[in-house]
Amino acid sequence: MTSRNGPRASQDGLSTIGRPMRKVDGLAKATGRARYTDDIRLPGMLHGKILRSPHPHARIVSIDTSRAEALEGVHAVVTGRDMPTSYGIIPWTPDEYPLCVEKVRYIGDGVAAVAAVDEDTAIAALDLIDVTYEELPAYLDPHEAIAAEAGPYIHEPRKPGWNGNVTKVVKLAFGDVDAGLEEADVVVESDYFFEGTTHTPIEPHCAIGLAEGNGKLTVWSATQVPHYLHRELARVLDVDPAKVRVIQPPVGGAFGGKSEPFDLEFCVAKLSMTTGRPVKILYTREEVFYAHRGRHPFHMKYRTGATREGMLTSVDAEIVLDGGAYASFGLVTTYYSGQLLTAPYQMPAYRFHSTRAYTNKPACGPKRGHGSVQPRFAIEVQLDRIAERLDIDPIELRRRNFIGANTRTVNDLRVTSNGFLECLEEVERASDWKRKHRRLPYGRGVGVAGSTYITGTNYPIYPNEMPQSGVQLQVDRSGRVAVFSGASEIGQGVDSMVAYVVAEELGVPLEHIRVLAGDTDFTPVDLGAYSSRVTFMLGNACIEASRKLKAKVRDAVAEAWEAKPREVLLAGGLAVRAGDTGTSMPLREAFNLAEAKFGTLGATGSYNTPKDVHGSYRGATIGASPAYSFTAHVAEVEVDPETGFVTVEKIWIAHDCGRALNPVLVAGQMEGSAYMGFAEALMEEQIFKSADQGREGLHNAPSLLDYRIPTSLDTPALESLIVESIDPEGPYGAKEAGEGPLHPSIPAIANAIYDAVGVRMDALPFSPPRVWRALQAAERGRGAPGAAKPTREAAHAR
Amino acid sequence: MEVVRLRVNGDERVCGVPAHYTLLETLRYGLGLTGSKQGCDKGDCGACTVIVDGRAILSCITPVWEAEGREVRTVEGLANGTETHPVQDEFDLNGAAQCGFCTPGILCSSVALLDRNPSPTREEIRTALAGNLCRCTGYEKIYDAVEAAAARLDP
Repeated sequence: MTSRNGPRASQDGLSTIGRPMRKVDGLAKATGRARYTDDIRLPGMLHGKILRSPHPHARIVSIDTSRAEALEGVHAVVTGRDMPTSYGIIPWTPDEYPLCVEKVRYIGDGVAAVAAVDEDTAIAALDLIDVTYEELPAYLDPHEAIAAEAGPYIHEPRKPGWNGNVTKVVKLAFGDVDAGLEEADVVVESDYFFEGTTHTPIEPHCAIGLAEGNGKLTVWSATQVPHYLHRELARVLDVDPAKVRVIQPPVGGAFGGKSEPFDLEFCVAKLSMTTGRPVKILYTREEVFYAHRGRHPFHMKYRTGATREGMLTSVDAEIVLDGGAYASFGLVTTYYSGQLLTAPYQMPAYRFHSTRAYTNKPACGPKRGHGSVQPRFAIEVQLDRIAERLDIDPIELRRRNFIGANTRTVNDLRVTSNGFLECLEEVERASDWKRKHRRLPYGRGVGVAGSTYITGTNYPIYPNEMPQSGVQLQVDRSGRVAVFSGASEIGQGVDSMVAYVVAEELGVPLEHIRVLAGDTDFTPVDLGAYSSRVTFMLGNACIEASRKLKAKVRDAVAEAWEAKPREVLLAGGLAVRAGDTGTSMPLREAFNLAEAKFGTLGATGSYNTPKDVHGSYRGATIGASPAYSFTAHVAEVEVDPETGFVTVEKIWIAHDCGRALNPVLVAGQMEGSAYMGFAEALMEEQIFKSADQGREGLHNAPSLLDYRIPTSLDTPALESLIVESIDPEGPYGAKEAGEGPLHPSIPAIANAIYDAVGVRMDALPFSPPRVWRALQAAERGRGAPGAAKPTREAAHAR
Repeated sequence: MEVVRLRVNGDERVCGVPAHYTLLETLRYGLGLTGSKQGCDKGDCGACTVIVDGRAILSCITPVWEAEGREVRTVEGLANGTETHPVQDEFDLNGAAQCGFCTPGILCSSVALLDRNPSPTREEIRTALAGNLCRCTGYEKIYDAVEAAAARLDP
């Protein structure tokens, strides 16, 4: 691999792990042969469409589907009354239905679904469904929703006396926050706003349902959680779960946006159960924006105290989360908004008070870096402010506050490996930080930020004692090893990771491994591709299964060689006798010997998380992870003071992923994450029209042209610097790489803008109008008598 | 239904399609060539990019009639028999395809570029791919792959 991916841990005798190998699905994806959900056509397949609410908040008075049903080519119409069981990805907040039953809660909420011979007919049928609504007042602002304690409510309160416009309130405090602020030499207090953003995978959601006469139901879906979908389909549609099969074809991007059941999955199943024919629904791009479940807008207030040496004394946060119309993962998001902030810096005292409001907009949920990207933006800008006040280099300030390895955070999360100092060193060196920070000409600047993220969660979404991840190996007489994996390949490379681990353990050539995944009928359960859990959990499961199988093979070969099992090594496609390389046999023969001795060869492996590594307070389990990744970025920007246009020239990304199982794929995750953070910093806004703009609650820009995501010309140069701390519990020491490296992009860019032109950007995105206004305000401030000059201005007079 | 005649990946194809069909719909639903993808259906994302008479075009906003009598090349037609195009191989080697959904379109844009400019600079690659949105990679690995393919094609 190229040297730009940084210093690497020793290979420790590893042959496949740590090397730039091909992906198992690389060729299929490069030749157009990979079959995504919409590429599947079943004989006799019908096409479905969903009718969506034109109102942000309304009661459904009546639905008349008779005219639609009479249209030639229409086979079935279903409404909410056909599927009256509520669901929710978090078992404690089941507040949505496959199609709305009594109320619609945002423009785009599903009301009825049609199956017809083709898409054109289905679209025509939607116009023939007559829905009468009684409009209700809508809430677009979370503060207004929270303030309406007596209603009207978006949801009925879960308990009498509760506010039905609030999903969740979390108040947690650790240490003496007020004393910490009192004794601080400097206290920085600021408000921050993180605008909502959405995932925009290039593949729109798609699902196909096939109900067979024997009660069997198969659903193909572009989902990242086949297991949860399996459970919810069975429960909501009242089908025996043993008769439900979920198949997850290759997924064309997800980023958290396909991590819970959606209306189309229930609708294709119900429409197929109604018609006896397979039914497909493919979202339009506009519907993908309605489906959303993206980044919550956060309104944040932070007070941060530090000693004059720059040591943090206390952090106090107040956060309002704008949740949209449904709970989604919101209970977890509300905890994550505070719980995940307590590393990589030592915080002697910390308090957060987070409130998630319902609003009449598409529901927010988990987007890459779930719940922690927003507060990370705030705290890293706070640190930059403190560093400036104290005249300490911002990298040095972060170094001084480093929490260390093998320790506990203030909220009692167990931290094991921690390569954050190396991350800081790497970005400081590679970016030439010392020659640039506060030294570049006006208009150009550099900024730094750090972060941490979970490597999976120690507790599953529904309480159970079973493993979080499982895998099954099966060997045939040709030497081929099949791996049945329940994990979800969404582009992150999990199928390849599985193959690398099994190849490493068994000494089998990569091309002799088949990974069969994403089908609940023949794979063990894995909980899904979310919370950066898969490499750590499934990787460990693969090691366990491989070692069980290896023990049998070594035993059988040892018997043939009249040797001890430990003298039999499996490597390079051979079984070799230790200390006697002349004695060997192809692995195929070794497998055959083992099959003769033990019967059909197979093995299972599983992984479950540690359950005793967190505090005992309520909520302590949320944020508890078997390991944490660490990241530091430096961003370099150019700001045009005349237009407010920010160009990010480059982002240096240093990430402690434990061990890079394949450095090419790890660097790909780092670059993709940094890109996505950059996009949120400068371009993306999931926003809605207000009443005075004509259509209250209507998505402002539900297309890939108007909702701006970066093209190749917008995206800065990205340099990956892999740091390997070798985690004691990760597979070969690996931790996550897919979400952590998103976090620091945003504050690093904000801090770089300050370094460039001396204005603080505390609200996202840093669009030209916002930056220009901030520059104008600074200009006015400078003109005012007695106003202090911005430090950056003083250093670089124009 | 209307009958349309197309030359796709070297084959003469005849197919009945509704009159309003785009080239993308004809390829995917009429001819079963599902390699070209639909990401937005209005020319914003580039996942549907194919090569028509040597130029990368957006098949989702091209009425199928405009492609009649012209040479259409899709991702399925980039390989030479059993030998993959060097860009395809380098995409695999460089990790340039993560989810792979934008990949067929980006491959077509890349091949159209390399056919007219065998040794592009990184800047020229960036410009040639400006109509193809990728949400996974941050584009770096894609540039690496196209550069490596160019080096193989025009050493």
